[in-house]
Amino acid sequence: MRIGVYICHCGGNIADVVDVKKICETVQQQDDIIFTKDLEHTCSEEGQQTIVNDIKENNLDRVVIAACSPLFHEKTFMKLLEKAGLNPYMFEMANIREQCSWCHPSKGNATRKAEDLVNMAVKKSKFDKPLQKTSMTIGKRVLVVGGGIAGIQASLDLGDSGFEVFMVEKEPSIGGKMAKLSKTFPTEDCATCIIGPKLTDVATHPNIHLYTYTEIKDIQGFLGNFTVTLRKKARHVIQEKCVSCGICAEKCPTKVPDEFNEGLSERKAIYIHSPIAVPRKYIIDEENCRQLNGQRCGICEKVCVQGAIDYLQPDEEEVLKIDTIIIATGYDTFQPELKAVYGYGKFENVITALQLERIIATGSSGPPLRPLGNRIAFIQCVGSRDEQAGHEHCSRICCMYATKLAQLVKRINPNREVYIFYTDLRAYGKGFEEYYKRAQNAGIKFIRGRTAEILEDPKTKKLFMRVEDTLSRQMIEGEFDVVVLSNGLMPAKGTDPVANLLKLVKSPDGFLQEAHPKFRPVDTLVDGVFIAGCAQGPKDIPDTVSQASAAAARAIRLMNKGQYDIEPITAFIDPDLCDGCEKCIPACPIKAIQMIDGKAFVQGALCKGCGLCCAYCPKEAIDLAYYTKNQIMGEIELALSSKKPDETRILIFADNTCAYRLADNVGTARLSYPHETRVIRLPSCSRITPSMMLYAFAKGADGLFFGECDHKASPYTGASEAIQRNIRIAHSIMEPIGVDGNRIYFAELLASLLTDYYKAITNLIKIAKKEARPLTDEIRQQLLSSSKQVLSEEKEVIR
Amino acid sequence: MIKKILINDASEAFCKKVNELSGETVSRCDQCGTCTGSCPMIIEMDITPSQMMRLVLLGDESVMETKTIWICASCYSCTARCPRGLDASKVAEALRQIKLRQAIDYMHMEDMDPEELKKFPQMVLVAAYRKLTG
Ligand SMILES: Cc1cc2nc3c(=O)[nH]c(=O)nc-3n(C[C@H](O)[C@H](O)[C@H](O)COP(=O)(O)OP(=O)(O)OC[C@H]3O[C@@H](n4cnc5c(N)ncnc54)[C@H](O)[C@@H]3O)c2cc1C
Ligand code: SF4
Ligand code: SF4
Repeated sequence: MRIGVYICHCGGNIADVVDVKKICETVQQQDDIIFTKDLEHTCSEEGQQTIVNDIKENNLDRVVIAACSPLFHEKTFMKLLEKAGLNPYMFEMANIREQCSWCHPSKGNATRKAEDLVNMAVKKSKFDKPLQKTSMTIGKRVLVVGGGIAGIQASLDLGDSGFEVFMVEKEPSIGGKMAKLSKTFPTEDCATCIIGPKLTDVATHPNIHLYTYTEIKDIQGFLGNFTVTLRKKARHVIQEKCVSCGICAEKCPTKVPDEFNEGLSERKAIYIHSPIAVPRKYIIDEENCRQLNGQRCGICEKVCVQGAIDYLQPDEEEVLKIDTIIIATGYDTFQPELKAVYGYGKFENVITALQLERIIATGSSGPPLRPLGNRIAFIQCVGSRDEQAGHEHCSRICCMYATKLAQLVKRINPNREVYIFYTDLRAYGKGFEEYYKRAQNAGIKFIRGRTAEILEDPKTKKLFMRVEDTLSRQMIEGEFDVVVLSNGLMPAKGTDPVANLLKLVKSPDGFLQEAHPKFRPVDTLVDGVFIAGCAQGPKDIPDTVSQASAAAARAIRLMNKGQYDIEPITAFIDPDLCDGCEKCIPACPIKAIQMIDGKAFVQGALCKGCGLCCAYCPKEAIDLAYYTKNQIMGEIELALSSKKPDETRILIFADNTCAYRLADNVGTARLSYPHETRVIRLPSCSRITPSMMLYAFAKGADGLFFGECDHKASPYTGASEAIQRNIRIAHSIMEPIGVDGNRIYFAELLASLLTDYYKAITNLIKIAKKEARPLTDEIRQQLLSSSKQVLSEEKEVIR
Repeated sequence: MIKKILINDASEAFCKKVNELSGETVSRCDQCGTCTGSCPMIIEMDITPSQMMRLVLLGDESVMETKTIWICASCYSCTARCPRGLDASKVAEALRQIKLRQAIDYMHMEDMDPEELKKFPQMVLVAAYRKLTG
């Protein structure tokens, strides 16, 4: 091994506090070190050139740089190594600025700590192995699930950019909810008029393959290599032959409620989905057709002059090779029957907002689907913001659609009085407040209060409501001809099958969770899978369309180059140690581990590199590249080797996303905290196994601090739970030996919580020094032997 | 005691009438309270100007029995400041008009002692007649 070590002065930032020359001397004594040099500014042009020359002249195979935080310059130096012909992963950094000279004012203590940090990095580097970023080829084929406006926009953007789109819609036509709307707030464009041309564009686009009345049966594989199985449901009308003359539907004797009109009218068992259906072809509804349900009928077959009817047509399957996936499965509206106090389904004059959309939309071209009367009330937040109904979330758009519908019904008949009963009125979007003001101008009465109950007069069928006007604090009572329920937007049932196949995570409101709420709002945690539209949460059409275009752009970003790199920091399995117990399979939150020929195998393209699985393998067969067991044990050992008998030492395990950054931020803010701490940086603390914890105590640690990213901000799923499980296992072994459990501290942290960090450390030191039972040499000895046994014991302890 | 306000044809007709007479649209009121905060007479009132606006919207005729509509000095402070450009003093005036047009006399000249009458300044009598007779 040929290691070159550089200690940076960082102007005076480091050298004013840390005795750089002294460290050079002591570190030099470790084996395999070719030289130790101090540089004024390692990151400067000159510094970088020195390193490149040194690597070449001295034939170095590893480089260690003690300087600022790796979060600051790690990438710079890794590129430098590559330039000099060394693998970038043959490199380690010791953070002696943010986490040493900036936070420990005492020169002596800072120098001792810096020395340890450099030694730890040198030790870790000895186990470094060259890691290769593998390049995978990727094609240009995108699966878009859902043919609402989100799916339509994404498909058109992708198709126009030259990508091949496979759009799958479970209903017989694309268009989604938007196709049902009357007009759209706040501009009141006619919904059908603006979505109609887009439907045709999709159907005629040379790069879009449209699959309607089709479901996703299976999805396997990963980014650039998905295999998708479709089930194309039988339509029993041969599409190529049908000319949409409609004679079949005219003659069909079976009537069923028309879903497109929200049950307000009837359709036949052979039907066309809607007046603007794309494709515009008839289809037999298997569930209701007499012929298909064992009754003799066959009328449509007799009347169809095209011979397009085929009662025996089977479902078909098709397998697609896909590179990226966009989920645009939309929303369901809240099921109003669940809010029994409003009597939907029981009282004929209680209707839903979507029904009112249909009444208004069809109103211009024919008789109204139902009468509306003269006094109409809207009830807001039905199912939303109602923990009784199980939904805490705000549906965001109901305030505006009610404001729209109220104005439309008033405009049809200006003598109508329209009331909107709301809890908070949310008019947050562009042009929304102005639109709300227009409704006020038009005389729509907004009353702040939530209806508790609706009663019906059985004779007149009028509806009686009592609501507090929480502005005047008076009780309002009134009789209404029609009450419209502004049903909230809920997670679509249709999302589940796809989400389950892809193991997508949901947020607490039940909608799909984005990879990061601020910076990756249309990505999911599964590489190559994106979300758009209401599948991610309630939103209006403009937001849906923006998100759809964003998702298309993110997918293009991955596919455009024709290849993508896979991070080499992944878990890997030693097949000689793996006995095929399958314990790691359920442990991996993203299901990246598979069994192949009785041995576990980590799929590199899926693995996020959290290292969580390592602690679940009873045979220690799993390890994490760049953070191997040997590397971590080595770091633990050297973090503690300099400890004097009367000293206290705390090991801090910090995840790279939040806790390590937090430790940096504390330094940057020049807040000083106890120097008895040594930080070990990890992708996630879930990498630390129970036996490592015991080993740390055995080697001299007096307290262990686990700082992991708050689960809401973490790039990894399930990390906190895994850490707590590992701590429980460690507790179950160390406590009987006489080591107090509170010597291990765990917290979810955010990079901004500077004082929390300081307080937690000081408290842990207090516990380790004063409150906990002392850790004798004898106990430490016992811990060492039990740390080796843990693995076999931990098997059954806690899952 | 909590008051009950009924929403029915009569209440809606009352709201419409106030709108017509005042030339305002009370459903525009945001219930923000700027009018109340601006009113110099507020201490003397029994309901605030914004409450008055609300009761009109709800069609509650008891708003005409409040002191507020008479105490309004028509100084237009509220009008100058209302973010919705509403004129609450015009609404108060409309309510006074409706009340006055009910033609109920609370004061009868013939019952008064002519000697007493002589003591009042003319302005007082004019104001009293305007306010207390229909
Ligand atoms: C009463 C009402 C009025 C509204 N008015 C307005 C308005 O005026 N202005 C405005 O901007 N917004 C309005 N909206 C909101 C608007 O409807 C949504 O923003 C928009 O429809 C969202 O589009 P989407 O594509 O995300 O979802 P959707 O329209 O729900 O489309 C999702 C599609 O995916 C399909 N799908 C689901 N699961 C699967 C599966 N597993 N496989 C295949 N296909 C699947 C569904 O069948 C559906 O076609 C209104 C909403 C309501 C309820
Ligand atoms: S648990 Fe983490 S490290 Fe292990 S295979 Fe899964 S993603 Fe990779
Ligand atoms: S200031 Fe105008 S909008 Fe505000 S409460 Fe008074 S009348 Fe209503």
